[in-house]
Parts: sequence; structure tokens; C-alpha cells
Amino acid sequence: MTSDMIEMQSETEDSARHVYLKVLSGFWSSYRRNPMGIIGVGILVFFIAAALLAPYATSYDPTQVFISDILQPPSWNHPFGTNEAGQDLYSQVLYGSRASLIVGFTAALIAATLGTLLGITAGYFGGLVRELLLRLTDFFIVIPTLVLMIVLASVLGPSLSSVILSIGLVGWTGTARVVMSQTLSVKERAFVESSRSAGAGDFYILRSHILPNVMPVVFAQTVLVVANSILYEAVLTFLGLGNPNQITWGQILQFAFVSGAITTSWWYALSPGLSIMLVVLGFFLTGYSLDEIFNPRVRKI
Amino acid sequence: MLTKAAYFIKKIVGVLLTIFLVLTFNFYIFRILPGNPFALLFRGAGMSSEVIRDLNTQFGLDQPLWMQYLIYLRNTASGNWGISYQTRTPVWDIILPSLSNTLVLLVVAAVISITAGILIGILLAWRRGTKIDVTASAMTLVVYSMPTFWLGLMLLFVGVIYFGLPVSGMESLRGATEGVFVQLQDRMRHMILPLLTLVLGLTGQYVLVMKGALLDVFTEDFMVTARAKGISNRKLLWDHGFRNGVLPMVTLVALNLGLAFGGAVQTETVFSWPGIGLLIYRAILSRDYPVLQGCFLIVAVAVISANFVADMVYPLLDPRVRTQ
Repeated sequence: MTSDMIEMQSETEDSARHVYLKVLSGFWSSYRRNPMGIIGVGILVFFIAAALLAPYATSYDPTQVFISDILQPPSWNHPFGTNEAGQDLYSQVLYGSRASLIVGFTAALIAATLGTLLGITAGYFGGLVRELLLRLTDFFIVIPTLVLMIVLASVLGPSLSSVILSIGLVGWTGTARVVMSQTLSVKERAFVESSRSAGAGDFYILRSHILPNVMPVVFAQTVLVVANSILYEAVLTFLGLGNPNQITWGQILQFAFVSGAITTSWWYALSPGLSIMLVVLGFFLTGYSLDEIFNPRVRKI
Repeated sequence: MLTKAAYFIKKIVGVLLTIFLVLTFNFYIFRILPGNPFALLFRGAGMSSEVIRDLNTQFGLDQPLWMQYLIYLRNTASGNWGISYQTRTPVWDIILPSLSNTLVLLVVAAVISITAGILIGILLAWRRGTKIDVTASAMTLVVYSMPTFWLGLMLLFVGVIYFGLPVSGMESLRGATEGVFVQLQDRMRHMILPLLTLVLGLTGQYVLVMKGALLDVFTEDFMVTARAKGISNRKLLWDHGFRNGVLPMVTLVALNLGLAFGGAVQTETVFSWPGIGLLIYRAILSRDYPVLQGCFLIVAVAVISANFVADMVYPLLDPRVRTQ
């Protein structure tokens, strides 16, 4: 490699980095102007930090039993109260956030991958392939989502991974639809045409033209899917489809319900439920704000 | 241009295809389960191998898979939906009364939340950008972020402690011995909390869609023309806005039925309302797969039929669709 070439290469790298930074700062300056988006990101940062720093934020083990503190209302020692086994609910909610967030992210990742693959394929290749994939999507849209997830999760057996799988395998339809319509519009653009006339194959075009242009929309959509996945995790676990030894927010609520403490101890279901609500709200606010930037056609309602 | 008959046939074929897919899915998904269904059915009952062989022949389990599939289709069509592992009674006999209990709850909840959704939606579209609009839209999002069952749990606590409402079931035990009026009153008291949970969970979407549809209509050319002609705001809203805005609601009501069943599963579990949702919850707990299979089928068919009806009604309401 001559010095010229090295110089040229580093120059293009520099300019690529420059463009990248410019896009990023442009994105941030338009995101910053959206107060809802800022609140959303703020909530998410708070909860993710709490999940990561759980051991530093409480001195109790979530399974530790305080025999003399059974079903105690909130106090200095136990800010969220205790449950029917005498365990500290504050540390349970804190540690439970880890599993709930992991389920949300993993299920959304599965749904995003499936939705992107199916959406791109349906959008790029027309004809029979699209017709079949559209039928499949319609099928999943019509069938009651929760009941389908229940069937899948109970066939797979109660566990954290079957909860993740059943949410991911059912939750991809929204992404697939958005990706398909985006693919349809990208593939008509001039640069795709010119790339094709220069001899590019389908796979090359899909990978280097369609996919990069679809990704921002997928990203915004996936943030919304995470919110739904966290909700579904809570529901499925509440219905007894989770692993009872794994503390998640849904699992705490299931114990609150099954133990019958719900009518006597107001604090039991309060903190896990509010946590779910806040995190989901955070993802919704962030997702809608991202959608407004990446997908300008979406109107504010 | 599609004639009426062609439209109808296209939709009917679509419905049959979807139901066929549901049946196929329902058959194969429960075949993933390891082991013989009868081993599950008589867990630990120590059956002799001859009895198992007899039962296998009777239910076609000694046949190849595709033959079992055909037997399943035939049995399902003739109302033979299998036997509950839990109660040892035919699934079909358990499902029907449960379905009617669920429908009572869902229909009343739907009527209330659609009416509320339309009215609030109109109000917010009319007062768009004001404090009411911002507050109500924020509230909608907050309620939407709650799991329905948790909303139910909170209402349960408040309803029991502060209002002395019944916690579970559809009627009190003593209800049957008293007069019709007392019985009716008793039923309604039982219905308040589950209904409130479902209505709160469902209304938000209707509000947003109604408001969005109205705002869409407001920007249409014919609205600008009508306004230019000097038609009053009230008349503009009702005669032009409402009639066009309410159309997307028809589709939403049908599509939302799936969501409503999801809400019913959670609500019925929390309040022990003896419907399909409670049946599903109990089937999960006792691994009662035939009941689960039957519930899935009935719920899926109900939602598919509702969507079909909506597809049929829509062209009657909107002349533009007829000529497409």
C-alpha cells in the first residue's frame, strides 16, 4: 500500500465519520426538541440504571426472609413493604426489573428480526411470495394475540424462555407491516435502479440499499415492541406461565394475587404494577418520538 | 370494478382459509407435546396397556399423523372437542356456557367504551390543543401502559374496601332464593368491577381513533367547502365530521375483539367471572390441554367471524368502498 492510498483511505474514513457524527447530532437536536421523548428517555435511563445497580441500591437479598415482618406496610426498613413470606418488596421489585427488562428486550429482538426479514422479503419480492406472507401476517393480526401466546407458552411449558419465545413469535406483525411499506417505497428510488443497472444482484441490493434505509423505522418500531413485550411478560407470568423461582414484576403480582393478600395489603401489588406502568410509558414515549423523526409521514394524533 | 358477489366470495374464501389455518395450527401445536395424551389424562392412575391400546384405537392415536389430523377435523366439525383432563366432561359442554358469560361482559363493555370513545373523541377533536385535550390524551397513554389485570387488582382493592362490592363470581349464593329483581341487582353489583376494568382498558383506543379520524376529516376539501359556504360549526361537526369519522370505528370494533378477549382473560381471572377467560386460566394451571385447545378455537372463530361481519357491513356504510 502506498502512502497515497493510505491517505485517501483515511480521508474517506474521516469523512464517513464526519457524516455519521453530523447525522447523529442532527438527530439529537431534533429529538431534544420533543419534551415527551426526553421524559421517556429519562424514565428508561432511571430504570436501566436501577436494574444494573440493584446490588448497590439495596442491602437485602430479594429472597431473604424476615420472619417478624410478614405483610408489613411500607416503613423505613422496607420502603415498599413486605410480602406474605416476609420478603422485602423493594429489593424484589429492584431485582425483578432485571428479568422484566431482559424479557422485554429479548422478545422484542426476536420480533424485530422476524418482522424485518418477513417484511423485507414481502416488500422486495412481489407476486406469490408477498401474497403468502401477507396472508400469514393477516392470520397473526386477526388471531387474538394474548390467547395465542398463552397456547404457545403453555405448550412450551412454564419458564422464562418460553414466555420470551411466545411473545417474540407472535409480536412481529407490526414490524413486518411497517418494514414492508418502507421497502416498497425504497426499492422504487433511483439509486436502487442505478445499482441494479450496474449489475447488482438482489442480495446485494437488499443488504446495502434496502436494509440500511429500513433500519431507522425498525428501531423506532422495536422500542414500541419492547413496551408491549414487557406488558405481555407481566400478563403471561401473572397467569402462571412463568418460572415461579424467577422474580419478575409479573411474578410478584402473581404471588400477590394467589396468596389472597391483595384485598388486605394495598402495598403488595402497588410497587411492581407502578414500575411496569412507568417503564412501559417510558418505552412508548421514546418510541413515538423516534417514530416522528424517522417516519415523518406519521401524523401526531 | 368488483361486483357485490365477487366481493362477498373473496371475503368468504378468506374467512374459510383462515379458519382452516387455525384448525391446522391447533392440531399440530398440541402434538408438539411430549408423550401420549392418555398418559397425561390419567396421570398416575396406573392403566393397563390394553386399556391404553383401546383408547388409542378409539381416538385414532394409532393412525399416522395425517390420519389423526383428518379425524381431528371430523371430530371438531361434529362438536366432539375432546374431554377435559380436569373435569372429565366433554369440552364442548364446558365451553358454551362460559362463552355466553364472556359475551355478556364483552358486549356491555364494548357498548359503553365505544359510546364513551366516540363522545370523548369528538370533544377532544373539537378542543384540540387545549388543556382538556392534552390531559385526556396523556391519561389515555398512562392507562394504556398498565397491564389490564393490574388495573383490575387495584379496582378490586378499592371496590371491596371502600364500596363493599363483591369480589368474585357472577352472583351470590343466596341470590337464587330471592326475587328476580334482587337477583338482577345482585348480578349487576357483581358486574361493576369487571366491567369497569374492561371499559377503562378499551376506551382509550376508541378515543384516539375517533379523534384521529375526525381530525383527518377536518382537513378534507369538502369540509373546507362546507365551511366556506358558512355552515355552522355544530352542523359541520355532526353532519360532515361525525358520519365520516365513525367509519374507521367499525373496522376497529371488530379488530379490537381480539384485544377484548385478551382483556377478558385477565379481568375474568382477577374477578373469577365464570367465562372463557377463567376457563383458560384454570386450564393453564391444571395443564388441561383439550380445554385450552377448545378455547383457542372458539375465541379465534369468534374474532374471525366478527371481522367478516365488519367487512360485510363496511360497504353498506361507505359507498366509496363499493366501487373499489
